[in-house]
Amino acid sequence: MNKSQLIEALAKEEDLALKKAEEVVNTVFGDMEKALANGERVEIRGFGSFKIKNYEGYQGRNPKTGEIINVAPKKLPFFKVGKELKERVDIS
Amino acid sequence: MTLTKDDLVNSLYENLDIPKSKATSIIETLLNNIKGKLESKEDVLISGFGKFCVKEKKDRRGRNPSTGEDLTLDARRVVVFKCSGVLRETVNGAGQNDLAER
Repeated sequence: MNKSQLIEALAKEEDLALKKAEEVVNTVFGDMEKALANGERVEIRGFGSFKIKNYEGYQGRNPKTGEIINVAPKKLPFFKVGKELKERVDIS
Repeated sequence: MTLTKDDLVNSLYENLDIPKSKATSIIETLLNNIKGKLESKEDVLISGFGKFCVKEKKDRRGRNPSTGEDLTLDARRVVVFKCSGVLRETVNGAGQNDLAER
């Protein structure tokens, strides 16, 4: 399922205009993105939480050419699945 | 600071003029739709944000770390999140770090 299908389903179930549902979905994920960009945590009960993990730089190698390259330190969002979602998805 | 469901409800109220009770219901519906899809083993792709995927894990042999006892960990199904390139650049402060990485 992609974002536009998510928007359509939301519009139908909540009786919203398609445009409004689109604004809702963009606002929700936009807010999460902003929080993460500021280094804040996102915690949605029953769904999961996101936090930024810092990775140190390291010396790597291009597997194809064997060339040594320096990998710069980076930040990546890390998702931890919430209890309810975890239980619903797992094989019962 | 942590962003929670309450903050999302307030944001829909402030930015989109949606009454709070309606906004609460909308957020729940949206999350439930995503959860339902994942439950039926379907991946959910949010362009510009990331992808929630369902992964099947095979059963494997493990050990109880406190007793040292061998045991079999059952097969399970888990949700993994893969962040999009756009989100990755945003959290790394796109622009400045971009040049340093190249």
